[in-house]
Amino acid sequence: MKAFAELLDRLSYTPARNAKLRLMADYFRAAPDPDRGWALCVLTDGLPFSFPLRRTLTDMMARRMDPELFRLSRDYVGDTAETIALAWESTTFPLSPSSRGEGRGEGQQRTSEQASAPHPSPLPTEVWGEGTGAESGSPRLSDIVSELALIDRNALGPRLEDWLDALDATGRWALLKLLTGAPRVGVSARLAKTAVAEMAGFKVDDVEQVWHALAPPYEPLFAWLEGRAAKPDVTDAPVFRPLMLSHPLEEGDWAALDFAEFSAEWKWDGIRVQIVAGRGEAQLYSRTGDAVSQAFPDVMAGFGFDAVLDGELLVLKEGERPPFNVAPFNDLQQRLNRKAVSKKQLEHFPAHIRLYDALVIEGEDLRQLPFMERRARLETWHGKVRPPRTDLSPLIEAADKDALQKLWAATRDTGIEGIMLKRRDSPYVAGRPKGLWFKWKRAPLTLDVVLMYAQRGSGKRSSYYSDYTFGTWRDGENGAAELVPVGKAYFGFTDEELLEIDRWVRNHTTESFGPVRAVEPGLVFEVAFDAVQRSTRHKSGVAMRFPRIHRIRWDKPADEADRLETLVAMIEG
Amino acid sequence: MVSASSKFESWLKPDASGLVCDAGGFHIDPLRAVDRAIITHGHSDHARPGHGAVLATAETIAVMKARLGETCAGSFQALGYGETLKLGSTSVRLAPAGHILGSAQVVIECQGRRAVVSGDYKRRADPTCAAFELVRCDLFVTEATFGLPVFRHEPDAREIGRLLASLHAFADRTHLIGAYGLGKTQRLIMLLRGAGYEKPIWLHGALKSMCDLYVSLGIDLGDVRLVADAPDKLPGEIVIAPPSALQDRWTRRLTDPVAAFASGWMRVRGRARQRGVELPLVISDHCDWPELIQTIGETGAEEIWVTHGREDALVHQIGLMGKRGRALALVGWEDEEAE
Repeated sequence: MKAFAELLDRLSYTPARNAKLRLMADYFRAAPDPDRGWALCVLTDGLPFSFPLRRTLTDMMARRMDPELFRLSRDYVGDTAETIALAWESTTFPLSPSSRGEGRGEGQQRTSEQASAPHPSPLPTEVWGEGTGAESGSPRLSDIVSELALIDRNALGPRLEDWLDALDATGRWALLKLLTGAPRVGVSARLAKTAVAEMAGFKVDDVEQVWHALAPPYEPLFAWLEGRAAKPDVTDAPVFRPLMLSHPLEEGDWAALDFAEFSAEWKWDGIRVQIVAGRGEAQLYSRTGDAVSQAFPDVMAGFGFDAVLDGELLVLKEGERPPFNVAPFNDLQQRLNRKAVSKKQLEHFPAHIRLYDALVIEGEDLRQLPFMERRARLETWHGKVRPPRTDLSPLIEAADKDALQKLWAATRDTGIEGIMLKRRDSPYVAGRPKGLWFKWKRAPLTLDVVLMYAQRGSGKRSSYYSDYTFGTWRDGENGAAELVPVGKAYFGFTDEELLEIDRWVRNHTTESFGPVRAVEPGLVFEVAFDAVQRSTRHKSGVAMRFPRIHRIRWDKPADEADRLETLVAMIEG
Repeated sequence: MVSASSKFESWLKPDASGLVCDAGGFHIDPLRAVDRAIITHGHSDHARPGHGAVLATAETIAVMKARLGETCAGSFQALGYGETLKLGSTSVRLAPAGHILGSAQVVIECQGRRAVVSGDYKRRADPTCAAFELVRCDLFVTEATFGLPVFRHEPDAREIGRLLASLHAFADRTHLIGAYGLGKTQRLIMLLRGAGYEKPIWLHGALKSMCDLYVSLGIDLGDVRLVADAPDKLPGEIVIAPPSALQDRWTRRLTDPVAAFASGWMRVRGRARQRGVELPLVISDHCDWPELIQTIGETGAEEIWVTHGREDALVHQIGLMGKRGRALALVGWEDEEAE
């Protein structure tokens, strides 16, 4: 538990992706089975339990600690679990042993601190000690997890006290985090799998291919990655197949494109998903291979077929003509990142899948077939099976390139991001192969805005003001023009430009609040964004989708920047 | 809890400048200029300029002169640990406080009673200063910087081990440690040396004068160099800087620095986050909660005054221990670790 707790602790303070990967890979390399497999389970949010602990913790601390001291500590730290982890004491002070229930742990004052000290050598293995197997006196992660999976709720309290007694402060913090569900240390399931893959020189997609055929503690996975066993067999499991991705269409691509070789479809503004169904089982995967089935019982209910399909998860608008009946992305957002979904959400934001490709149909792997042939199979199959809450993404008919370009430029319907171009003869190739599929996003909206606040970045950017809040003009109460913040962006500029903006911010600061500086209205950014929607959460009443710095308009006077009304006029539907 | 009726008040009490001993005619660590001041240690909130006469250890006097100038007081008198001096109707001696080089507790005897004013102190071993001496007394005046049960400093060796492990895992990144310039910096260097770290340790320019002073007072810090003289961007090296420089533009001369901070406050996640720290190191020059309680018990004092810090919890705890506790609420004695 100690090495894993140390890992969680460091991850929680580490902002950079690469540094997180390094920390995790080091851990997975050094830690023994089955501890590391359970660690992987925790980091991929796969623990089979979560305990509501509030009551248990309150009761426990009421017996163990003076209430006034606990209150003062809790007020200072701001978090109950962390307060307990830090203030935990196994014995006499401040309560006498007699008040400690069954007298468990008597005479063990500061056990864990003694166990971890003294620390005689500077060798790093001392800290990552789980790798060598024995952690004297400290419970193992695998033991704790296996016991928790079966524990009777009434027995949880006393066992928890035993473990807290045996762990140090970092271990106690990690254990309490683990008990309450997700660790929330800024690591996605995808990133954890990437670390495991890269530790052994594999790619994350190699891990994804077998992932859903495996269960914690993943010993066959580690054995395979480390060359000690064959690749796990995935034939019978509803496993994720790595997706085929597209390249953005550049001007040169368009000029060189032989129109006759390509088929066009709308690019839908939803979430790319893969449906894997067969033998009575089904899963819905996001584009990164995370299972999202739990959040979409409405679409899952219709997956009694046998196929692996590629499509777009959408929320539909009532009473509009398909296929232009897609609700704003904001509506879909209400359904995302949830473990459970309410009846009301199911009613208000009904999910739907618009299919555009088939990888496997009734056991036959179609991936080597040309796109148009897969498409034909998909149409036939869909016509026969008619799964509820699905339809097909229609192909766009256009006489020639000019006609298609006109369609592309003219279409501003909600739910359409642009056009997809797929080579008619393209096989389904995992990854991002060159020249087969293109995404041709419609031109972004742009607006000239004024920099209002700049905030320090994190990690590598912590000495730079790199996060920018910008505003547009409107008439203030007294009639004078005032700036109102409309969005925030932190990318879209080069390192050199960042240095220049940073210098400008420092030289034009009017006020500082912690990491934030307010600046004079003097620097204009041309921001690009995909859409703008009404929002009650913003003072301006609008929220931009995916804003980024498009150009820095050093040349443009701030009072010539755009007005709020211009932005409001861009709101769709 | 007691109020002004305390039996010690006839000769030792708080006033607007801090603690004053009328019977001996001196203040202790006064906040404003006074005629005669006993200074417990050289941190700027305790050692202020402008007093008529200063009594302190030779090391504290050296620190004051180096930081505040040779003429920062009208006169200086050095008093060694254990030497006794008659002042008015009191006798005074200094006992090691274990906080930083030269730090002292002030032991005052008067009317057959003994009071000990701790200044800032700690109980753990520190290779840069004399170990805390426990002095039994009737009145113990203690600090409470870390006076909450959540503060339990990890063993120094564990924290140094975490630093070295990070250096091993991120051998291509500079490890930049924020540390207070007087005491913490030198202790950190000595802890690293004690753990077998022999490479050069690189310093921000603002830390040089105090390190030089420590060396001149006999603390061998090994190979320490200035970042300004570095041949490259110091990948895989340890750099120490004042905490205020952690997020400064100055850090751009380093290689993708891992920002660390050595302080007792790093025990609390919110405090570490606030500072944008990637590697918090719980290394403190103050007592943690168990050590405060232990010391209060061991002095045998019947009455405890708490000068500065989180006094609510400590005074409450003193009550639970069956002793009389009193929060002096002295303003102006801050905590250098929060710097």
